[in-house]
Amino acid sequence: MTTLHDEDVRSPARATATRGPRQGRPDPRGRRLQRWLGEHPLGLLLSTPYAAFVVVVFLVPFGFGVWMSFHDFFFTAPGVQVPHPFVGLENFRQVLADPVVRQAFGNLLVFGLINIPLTVVLGLLLSSGLDAVVHWKGFFRVSYYIPYVTASVATLAVWIFMFNGGGVVNKLLGGLAPEPTWLANPSLIMPLIAVYVTWKNLGFYVLLYLAALQNVPKELHEAAEMDGAGTWRRFRTVTLPAVRPVTSLVVLLCIITTGQIFTEPYLLTGGGPNGASMTPALLMYQKGIQQGQPDIAAAIGLILVIAVMAVSLASRRLTERKG
Amino acid sequence: MRRGARMTALAATAAVVLPLAACGSGDDGGSGDSGGDLASGPIDIWYSTNEQEIAWGEQVVEAWNADHPDEQVTAQAIPAGSSSEDVIAASITAGNTPCLVFNTAPAAVPAFQKQGGLVNLSTTFDDAEDYITGRSGSAADGFRSADGDLYQIPWKTNPFMLYYNKDVFAAAGLDAEDPQLETYDDVLAAAQAIKDAGAADFAIYPPATADYTNVNFDFYPFFLANSGGTQFIEDGKATFTSDEGLETLEFWQTLYAEGFSSAEAYSGDMWAGPFADGVAAMGVAGPWGKAQFDGKVNYGVVPLPTAAGTAADETSTFADSKNIGLYSSCKNQQTAWDFLKFATNDENDLALLEVTGQFPTRTDVPELAADFLVDNAFFEPFAAAVPLAVDVPTVDGLAEKMQVFRDAWSDAVQSGSGDLEATFGEAATTIDGLSS
Repeated sequence: MTTLHDEDVRSPARATATRGPRQGRPDPRGRRLQRWLGEHPLGLLLSTPYAAFVVVVFLVPFGFGVWMSFHDFFFTAPGVQVPHPFVGLENFRQVLADPVVRQAFGNLLVFGLINIPLTVVLGLLLSSGLDAVVHWKGFFRVSYYIPYVTASVATLAVWIFMFNGGGVVNKLLGGLAPEPTWLANPSLIMPLIAVYVTWKNLGFYVLLYLAALQNVPKELHEAAEMDGAGTWRRFRTVTLPAVRPVTSLVVLLCIITTGQIFTEPYLLTGGGPNGASMTPALLMYQKGIQQGQPDIAAAIGLILVIAVMAVSLASRRLTERKG
Repeated sequence: MRRGARMTALAATAAVVLPLAACGSGDDGGSGDSGGDLASGPIDIWYSTNEQEIAWGEQVVEAWNADHPDEQVTAQAIPAGSSSEDVIAASITAGNTPCLVFNTAPAAVPAFQKQGGLVNLSTTFDDAEDYITGRSGSAADGFRSADGDLYQIPWKTNPFMLYYNKDVFAAAGLDAEDPQLETYDDVLAAAQAIKDAGAADFAIYPPATADYTNVNFDFYPFFLANSGGTQFIEDGKATFTSDEGLETLEFWQTLYAEGFSSAEAYSGDMWAGPFADGVAAMGVAGPWGKAQFDGKVNYGVVPLPTAAGTAADETSTFADSKNIGLYSSCKNQQTAWDFLKFATNDENDLALLEVTGQFPTRTDVPELAADFLVDNAFFEPFAAAVPLAVDVPTVDGLAEKMQVFRDAWSDAVQSGSGDLEATFGEAATTIDGLSS
């Protein structure tokens, strides 16, 4: 319920109007200004640089990308006038008819099916372990985080050493080493990339989970323990529900990461062997930059946006559903 | 829309569209052909990032600047990027290319031309045709665009040869001084001996990733040698399904199938690294290989092998040419043209050879390089191969066409199995379709 006092506090213009010489007739100019600028105009001023950044770096290129996907377009030098006719859905038809594009999206599916569950499970396990650890806490946190902050070029070079034909992994496996070996094996390359990305990003997700775990009230665990709940039951009925919002965030971030996969196949395989590690982002680079077909690349990008949005929304419905 | 859903949508969109942000285009400013009066004044140039070419570039620029106080040249290596072509293409779109790039790949010229990024030398400068054909002879015709004009000046040729590691060959019981690598069977026999002796991990290890440019480091040089210099695409049609092409494909398939070569990415410099590091017993490279391999491996060079064996003086090879482009964003095009001629005069062409070991694309290389070759016998076979060196075809959409080939290569050759005729027949049909 709003009181007169409340209104006075919230709306100085209105309060002034009731006390001023023209009582009962509020200043319409002041009200209009307030309606446009809000109650804290300074906040508007402070947020303007970021809003401008979003518009210039995000919205304008996005809009331009959408426009490109519906036109026959290629990049030209400034001042070179060439027609860019509207082609409707032709770019999308070409993209969807291209088996390489379909394979790239299929590869993403394989990646996501491995990366997302693995990240959630390992993130939860490791953060629970870290939460319980008494000594060397800082050491373990830094250890998990180092791959995340290390350049992919460096970590991928290490993985090439580990997984090439004569690498340490094959030496350990001996006769069980796969043939063809990891990086040249069409069945293993995408799972390998999924595991690599999981390992590289895990430190970040562990920290997210750790923060959530440390916010779970100890009383809940104590109450459950007093009711006779064992470790597993406490984890399932107390910890898991408490960290559900973080799980939802982790899954969302993993889906976005899945859509962005580029560096790993670019450096490890160039999309091979036989397209087995091709991803939409790498294909966009090939088409848009190397082959001078940014319109086709934009169409792939738009399909990717829609796919990532659809999967993200579905995942949020799933992960935020009350148990 | 709920806040959560909005966040999801925004985050998901951000995740994907940012790559597009780097691809902006503008529609204001200059034009493809300079036309009209040509201005003089300071200019910028880019040259290759390799140490020797930087040394050459610096000395040429220093000499020019000493005599041209009002037309100073500022030089720098091509900015870092995944490839020079990507950097130049992006720079054309942004309108900030330098006046000259001394590392313009002929394969990229049709695309740069389509972007309106290159100056038509033939129509812009009255003496361009005479100067370029006078210096490079008929070789210049190989770099003409579809309209018959020159948008690049042929600069240097790097004929590929087969380098082999003498120590590895000796360890495998092969003749290190006369390695007998004339035919495909010779190479396969040597590879088997090397494998049996455990003298090196691999016989030959070209870049293995699916990037289209890697075609120039495995199939294409060997195909040129085996086919007598047939380009990858001729008259709009793919040529690699000929008998000579299939012989070369089968040769490489065998190398992968027998484990003589690796289909895995090399951890390090994937072009020169495997041979320089002693991981591979053989490698293909131009004369620039000397600077890469000196002090690392004890090596020799022989012409590229063919199916039946071809005499050295008849063996075609890949030219790996790099040319000079004059870019349309250049304000002082007259100075750029004058500097271009200065950088390719007799004195500086000879300096290029002496400093970098790379051969200028000109008709009088034997005369120009006579003294140099007496003192540097290593380069003799490369000099002899210059007239037999063939480049990539100057056709539209070459990158896409080469990628089609590379994907088939990954499928049927690097896997060590696969129906070569069917797979490459399909690739040829696709490439022919793109041409039409």
